[in-house]
Amino acid sequence: MKLLEIDARGRSCPEPVLLTKKGVENNPSGVKVMVDNTTAKENVKRFGKNAGYKVEVEEKDGEYILILSK
Amino acid sequence: MGEKKWIILNGIVVGLIAVMLVFFGNPVNMGLCIVCFIRDIAGGVGLHRAEVVQYVRPEIIGIVLGAFLMALGKKEYSARGGSSPFTRFVLGFIVIIGALMFLGCPLRMVLRLAGGDLNALFGLIGFVAGIGLGIVFLNKGFTLKRTYSMNKYEGYLLPAINVILLILLISGTATGILFFSKTGPGSKHAPIIIALIAGLIVGGFAQRTRLCMVGGIRDLIMFKDSYLISGFIAIFVTALIGNLVLGYFKLGFAAQAVAHTDGLWNFLGMALAGFASVLLGGCPLRQLILSGEGNIDSVVTVMGMLVGAAFAHNFKLASSAKGPTPYGKIAVLLGFVVVFAIAYLNIDNSVNIKVKGDVKIEASGN
Repeated sequence: MKLLEIDARGRSCPEPVLLTKKGVENNPSGVKVMVDNTTAKENVKRFGKNAGYKVEVEEKDGEYILILSK
Repeated sequence: MGEKKWIILNGIVVGLIAVMLVFFGNPVNMGLCIVCFIRDIAGGVGLHRAEVVQYVRPEIIGIVLGAFLMALGKKEYSARGGSSPFTRFVLGFIVIIGALMFLGCPLRMVLRLAGGDLNALFGLIGFVAGIGLGIVFLNKGFTLKRTYSMNKYEGYLLPAINVILLILLISGTATGILFFSKTGPGSKHAPIIIALIAGLIVGGFAQRTRLCMVGGIRDLIMFKDSYLISGFIAIFVTALIGNLVLGYFKLGFAAQAVAHTDGLWNFLGMALAGFASVLLGGCPLRQLILSGEGNIDSVVTVMGMLVGAAFAHNFKLASSAKGPTPYGKIAVLLGFVVVFAIAYLNIDNSVNIKVKGDVKIEASGN
């Protein structure tokens, strides 16, 4: 299973969530989303959970990688 | 409940503070109003000379400083900017023109509803319609492009300016710099210390919860996510109860505090404010909070609102209790033309490319 990568760094909400939504519509098995602010991190995480995904968050140098998987 | 616990609590606190500020001296249904207070500050520093709306509102100073201190303390402060700054300035300007047609920001719209002002219903319907319009463009790939990191001191400037404003305010008429209304809404205000503390609490709390009126309706429509709107509802319910208890509640259309009864223009004013705000990514309150967190794009938006407020009164665009002005109507219609143009011209098709298999979506779309 390959994860679709979405680079949403520098994007302000709702764009990261919208990109994530488009991402899972195209690749329902899961996506990997990169964001660089906590609001986007929380919003993408909440979106993932509401959409029924398991969400893992990694933090690295003020940036976040969220992995949404079934 | 769970994760919504804090934002509901935040809404209750904002609703309580708004009613209390009226009790302590703010105009009725205007315990908190970001647009009205920025307009008062524009008058307070002499950018416009509408003598009834001049005062440096400590609530605004408190909200900026509260968000700044909370962001610093929680290590979320980060100076960033560069996402179409002048477009944001123009959108901020237009948000104010729309909101001053209606007479209130989205937060005051909720407070007006909670005070029984049914004119705000037209505003609310317009607001939702405006957000819906913005969502159409968001779904088509509207973007103001990405932000970049900046020197952290860039983000200290706005809080520093607010500290200076506070010092000038406390000095009162002694310095002769600020203008203070002797009559009208600008003359009605809670004591400085109470208003400042109220602002600090609202700013700090909303920094944590991301409370936002535009985001509430946007997320509900776009993602069926009711997190942000829970705060909105909590403000309404709390302020409604508070207004009933303290006797401020007055149901009807006529003779409401700082409001007019022109339904069409209440609708159009808030539709414009909602449309422009959704493109900005947040309501005036949220812009103020972000500006305290080091978001320079939001600082520029707030400056757009400040200048817009000055124009609104210098050129008689803002409504009064008597109703809208002819120039205000023209300005709102022109505002729609400009926002439609901005919305259309900033659609980035590269973000919309359908992905197949293991392809990266490059959201940076330069």
